[in-house]
Amino acid sequence: MNTAVTGRMAALTRAELTLLVRHRAVLLTALVVPVAMTFAMRPVVEDMDLREAGLSLGEAMMPMAVAFVLLFGVYSALVTVYVVRREELVLKRLRTGELGDAEILAGTAAATLVAGLAQCVMLLVAGAAVLGMEMPADPVWVMAGVLLGLVLATAMAALTSVFTRSAEGAQITIMPLMLISMVGSGVVVPLELLPERAAPVLELLPLSPVVELVRGGWSGQLGAYEALGAVGTAVAWTVLSVVAVRRWFRWEPRR
Amino acid sequence: MTSDEHVIDAEGLRRTYGGGFEAVRSLSFSVARGELFALLGTNGAGKTSTLELLEGLARPSGGSVRVLGHDPYTERAAVRPRVGVMLQEGGFPSELTVRETVRMWAGCTSGARPVGAALEMVGLHGRENVRVKQLSGGERRRLDLATALLGRPEVLFLDEPTTGLDAEGRRETWDLVRELRDGGTTVLLTTHYLEEAAELADRLAILHEGRFAAQGRVDEVVAQYPSRISFELPDGYHLGDLPPLGQLGVTGHEVAGRTTRLFTDRLQRTATGLLTWAQAAGVELRGLDARSASLEEAFLEIAGGARKNERDEEGAVVR
Repeated sequence: MNTAVTGRMAALTRAELTLLVRHRAVLLTALVVPVAMTFAMRPVVEDMDLREAGLSLGEAMMPMAVAFVLLFGVYSALVTVYVVRREELVLKRLRTGELGDAEILAGTAAATLVAGLAQCVMLLVAGAAVLGMEMPADPVWVMAGVLLGLVLATAMAALTSVFTRSAEGAQITIMPLMLISMVGSGVVVPLELLPERAAPVLELLPLSPVVELVRGGWSGQLGAYEALGAVGTAVAWTVLSVVAVRRWFRWEPRR
Repeated sequence: MTSDEHVIDAEGLRRTYGGGFEAVRSLSFSVARGELFALLGTNGAGKTSTLELLEGLARPSGGSVRVLGHDPYTERAAVRPRVGVMLQEGGFPSELTVRETVRMWAGCTSGARPVGAALEMVGLHGRENVRVKQLSGGERRRLDLATALLGRPEVLFLDEPTTGLDAEGRRETWDLVRELRDGGTTVLLTTHYLEEAAELADRLAILHEGRFAAQGRVDEVVAQYPSRISFELPDGYHLGDLPPLGQLGVTGHEVAGRTTRLFTDRLQRTATGLLTWAQAAGVELRGLDARSASLEEAFLEIAGGARKNERDEEGAVVR
C-alpha cells in the first residue's frame, strides 16, 4: 500500500512540477515576489525601533522573508492551482482513479511546496550571510515554523479555493488572509513592537505562530513553553482547515 | 458469487440536487459480466448523473448501487483498481503533452499497460509530444479512452465516448470497445447517438427525465413501438375512403394537416392493403413513406416534445 501511495504521489508531483515550470509567469511571481518584497522592506525595518524589542535587523527580516514565501509563493500560488485544476476537471478526473482525496490534494500541491521549501532555505541562508547573522539559536523551532507554515498555507489554500470561481477571482479571495497576516501576524512589524494589549489576540492569527517560531528560534528568545504554544496554535489552525476542507472542498465546477 | 453474475447492480437509484431537482428518479437495473449496456437519452435526461453514481463520484440520494460487489462511493479503494472511467469531457491539464499525461496516469494505476501500448490502442502513437491543448476534440476523447484502459479494467464506464469524433474515428472506437467486450470487459456507456447504441449494445435503456422509458435488448425495445406509414391523400379524399383500418392491420392513426399517419405492427400487410387500394382507386399517395419500427422511432416517440426542440440545434445527431 505504501509503495503504491508513494508511486502515485511521485507521478502526480512530477506532472505538477512540469506544469509549474511551464507556467513561467506563475513560477516567476512565486520566486521573485517574496525576494523582491523582502529587500524592498529593508529600509522600513531599519527605521523601526528594533532595539526596544531586543531584535536584530536579521531577526526582524528573516521571518518576514519566510512569511512572504508562504503567502505569495505557496498560499496564493496554490489557490490558483487548485482552482485551475478544478475548473479544468482535472480534480474530478483524478477522483475516478485510485488516488485518495488527500493524495490528490497533497500531490497537486507537492511541486509548489518543494519550490517554497527550497526558497525558504535559500532566503534564510543567503539572508543570514548578507545581514551577517549568527546561526539560529534553536534551529529546530525555525524548521518547525517553516514546515508547519507550508502545511498551513496548503490547507488554507484548499479552503480558499472553495470560495474562488476562477483564477482571476483568486486575486480577491486571497486578500483577507494576506492582509491580516501582514498586518497582524508580525510579518512586517514584529508583534513585540505592537501595543501589549493586542498581542494575545494577534498571536492567535493563523500565520502568527509560524513567524514567532522562526523569529524566536533564531534569536533564542523563545522558551520551550512559548514554542509549544506556538506549535499548538499552528496545529490547531491546520486541523481546523483540514476539517473544513474535508467538509466543503469542491472537486468540480459549479453547475 | 453474485458479483460475477451482476457486475453492476442498481436498485431504486435516486439523485436529487441541492436545488431539489430530481435528476435520477428510481432506476433499477443490472449489468452482467462481459455485457455492454448503453444508456441512451437526450441531453439532460440524467445519463451523466446516473453514471456518476455508478462511478462512485457522488453518493445516491436514495437506493443502492453495487459495482463488483462493493459500494463504489464508500468502498472506493476496493472498486477503483478494477474499473476504468472516461468522463464526458476532459480532465487533463492543457499544458501537459500526451505522453506526460498518460505517464502520470500510469503512475497512478496499478498494473498499468506501458504508455506506448496504451497510445497505440487508441491510435494516438505519433502524437506523444503534442500538448493536450493542441489536440482536436476527437484526439482528446481517445486520450481519455487510453487512460481509462490503462489498468486493464474489468468494468469500463464511458460517458459519450465518441462525441466529437469523425465517422472513421467513431468506427475505430467501436471496434476497440467491441474487442474489449469480447475479451470479457463489462462496458457501460452513455450516448446520444442511436446508431452507436444499436451497433454496440447487448442491452440498452432509454432514459427520459430521470426514468427508464424503455429497457431491454434492441429488438425488444423496438418491438414495443409500431411501424409507420405516412402519405398525403389527394383533394376530395378522406380517411374514410380507405378500406376499414382494422382490416389493414392498423393499430392507430393520426391526421396532421394533409398528412395521414397510420401505425401498425404488421407493416407489410398494411402497406400492401393500402397500395392495392390506391392502385384500384387510381389515387396517388404523395410523400409516401413506410418505415419499420426502429430504435430511432422508439427514441423519438419517447423523447417526444423535448426532442423536437433539440433537433433544430443538433439535427445531425439523431441520424
